[in-house]
Amino acid sequence: MEDTIFSVKNLTKEFYSGRKKIIKAVNNVSFELREKETYSLVGESGCGKSTTGRAALRLIEPTSGEIMYHGRDAMKFKGKEMLDFRRRMQMVFQDPYSSLNPRMTIDKIVEEPLIIHKLGNKAEREAKVAEILSKVGIRRDQFKRYPHEFSGGQKQRISMARALILNPEIIVCDEPVSALDVSIQAQVLNLLKKLQDDYNVSYLFISHDMSVVKYISDRIGVMYLGNIVEEADAEDLFANPLHPYTQALLSAVPEADPDIRKERITLHGEIPSPLNVPSGCPFRTRCRYATEECAMSKPELRTVDGSHRVACHNYNK
Amino acid sequence: MSLLEVKNLKTSFKTLRGMVTAIDGVSFNVDKDEMVAIIGESGCGKSVTSQSIMRLYPETDQSVEYEGEVLFNGEDILHIPFKEMAKHRGNDIAMIFQDALASLNPVFTVGDQIIEALRIHKKITKKEAREEAIKLLEQTGIPDAAKRVDAYPHELSGGMRQRAMIALALSCRPQILIADEPTTALDVTIQAQIMEMIVNLNKEYGMGIILITHDLGVVAQHCKRAMVMYLGQIVEEGDVETMFKHPMHPYTKGLIKSVPTTKTDKDKPLYTINGVVPKLSEAGDGCRFCDRCEHATERCFHECPSLKAAGEEGHNVRCFLYE
Repeated sequence: MEDTIFSVKNLTKEFYSGRKKIIKAVNNVSFELREKETYSLVGESGCGKSTTGRAALRLIEPTSGEIMYHGRDAMKFKGKEMLDFRRRMQMVFQDPYSSLNPRMTIDKIVEEPLIIHKLGNKAEREAKVAEILSKVGIRRDQFKRYPHEFSGGQKQRISMARALILNPEIIVCDEPVSALDVSIQAQVLNLLKKLQDDYNVSYLFISHDMSVVKYISDRIGVMYLGNIVEEADAEDLFANPLHPYTQALLSAVPEADPDIRKERITLHGEIPSPLNVPSGCPFRTRCRYATEECAMSKPELRTVDGSHRVACHNYNK
Repeated sequence: MSLLEVKNLKTSFKTLRGMVTAIDGVSFNVDKDEMVAIIGESGCGKSVTSQSIMRLYPETDQSVEYEGEVLFNGEDILHIPFKEMAKHRGNDIAMIFQDALASLNPVFTVGDQIIEALRIHKKITKKEAREEAIKLLEQTGIPDAAKRVDAYPHELSGGMRQRAMIALALSCRPQILIADEPTTALDVTIQAQIMEMIVNLNKEYGMGIILITHDLGVVAQHCKRAMVMYLGQIVEEGDVETMFKHPMHPYTKGLIKSVPTTKTDKDKPLYTINGVVPKLSEAGDGCRFCDRCEHATERCFHECPSLKAAGEEGHNVRCFLYE
C-alpha cells in the first residue's frame, strides 16, 4: 500500500523468566498502519497486545523484527533520529491516574514534551498549550490545576492533549477508555474521532472491548497468545469472522441490546500460559475444530479475501 | 411475600463534612429464583446498597446510619443485633465481589477458606468439610478440584479465583446471592463462562440473585428485571426488554444510547450525556440529574420527583416528564 506510513514485520519480543525460560510475548507479528486510519489490536489479557504496541514504538526493545517508518528502518534509529521518531509517535495509556505526574499542574504536563523536543519559545509554547487544552475541552481557568482535581474522563483528555501537542503522526492508544464509566467513555471516543479528523493522526488502538473497537476502527487485528490470528476490515471481521477464536470472542460479547441474541460459542478452559505455548496452532487446545494437523504445524497468516487474513489450517478456499 | 424486601433503605456515612446520605430511599424486592440487576456508574450507590443489605460497614463507632427496612423472609435484618446478623451472612445471603484476589485471604488455601465457612455454619467434621469443598470447587467448574483445593489464591488465574470465590459463597447454599460486578475484571470469554454459571445457579437452585453491574451488555443478555441508579436513588426500574427498547428517564436513555453496540453507525458521533456525575455532598433539593438533563425545567431544580408508575405494569420512573 502506497499510503502506509508505518509497518512492523515479524516483530518478536521475548522476556526471560528466571534464567532459562523464555516467554514469547509477541511472536512474529506483522501489520501496517496507513495514513489517518485506526488499526486496532484486540484480544484478551495476556495476549501481547500492549507489548506489541510498546515494542512497535521501541519503548521496549523488540527482540527481533523490522519496524519501517516512511520507508526507513526504525530499528536502526539512534540519537537525533530516534528523538524525531519519538516525536512523531505518541502514546495514551489506560490508567489516567498514574500516567500524569501528580506534582505538576496540567499546563506544565502538556508543555513538557515541547521543552524536551526544544520546540518554540516560552510564549509560543504557552499559546500552543492553551490551544490544545481548549481543543480537548479543558476550560482556561482549569489550566493551573493538578491532575487529582480532574475526573477520569478529563484526565484522559489531558493525556490526549499531551500526546497531540507534538503533532504526531501516530498515537498508540492503549485501552484509553477501559477505566472510564460508560457515559464518559462515549465522550472520549467522540473526542478521539474528532481529533483524528482535525490533526490527521493515525491510531494504533489497543482494546479488549469489541463493541468499542468496532465503532472506532478501520481495520482490526485479533491477537491470541502473542500471534495475530486474524486481520480484516472492521465491518468484514464482525460480519464474517473466520478464525474459530474470533468467532468465539465475538459471540461472547454481551451486547447492550436485548434483541441481539447470539448463539454463544463457549470456550472451555483458559488461555494457556505463555511459558508453555501449545505446539502447532496456539489456539488448538481450546478450538472445537482442532485436528492432528493443528498440533503438528503452526498455521501461517494468509490472505483469503482482499484484505482479510486468517491463520487457521481449517480454513480452505 | 418476597424472599428479600428492601423498603425505603437509606444509608448515611459520617464524614468530616457531616452526614452524607449515600443511598436515599431505595426499595425493591427479590423473589425466589429471580435475577435482578442494579445498573449504574461509579458512585451511584449500587455497591453501598448491597453492602448495606449485608451490613458490611462497621457499626461500632456510629460511622454509618441505616434507615428503612430490609426484610429477609419477613424478618427485618437491618435492625437485629450485629451478632445475629453474622448467622445470616454467608448462610442465607452470600456475596461475591469484583476483585477475587482482594476478597480471598492470601495466606490460606482456597480449601481452608471454604472449610472455615462450612464449619462456622454447619456442624460437620473437617474431613467432611474438605470433601464438600472439593465438590463445590468441581461444581463451579474448576478442573482437578482435588488438587486445587490446596492451592493458594495467587496460584490460580483470574477466572479460577472468581470460581473459587463463587464456590465459597455457595458453600452454605444461600437463598440469596449478591454479585457485585462479578465479571468486570475478567476477559469476555471468561466472563461468558462465569455468567453462564450464575444463570444456572439461579435456574437450578432457585437462588435469588442481585447482580450489580455497570455493564449494560451483561444486563441486556441475562436479566429480566433491572433498576437504574443515579446518585443514590433509583431513577427507573422495570422489565429489561421494555427498558432497553423504550427507556423513559433521560439518564437511562442517555446511558443506553451512549454505549456502542456492534450495530452502532460508525459515521455518527456517539450520544453523550453532558458533564460528569456531581458529588453527593453537592446534591441539592431538586432532581439529582437536573444539571445534565436536556429536558430540565425550573421545577426540576427545586423539587425532587418521586418514583412513580409509568408505562407498563411494574415500570417505575423518577421524572416529572411522566406525571
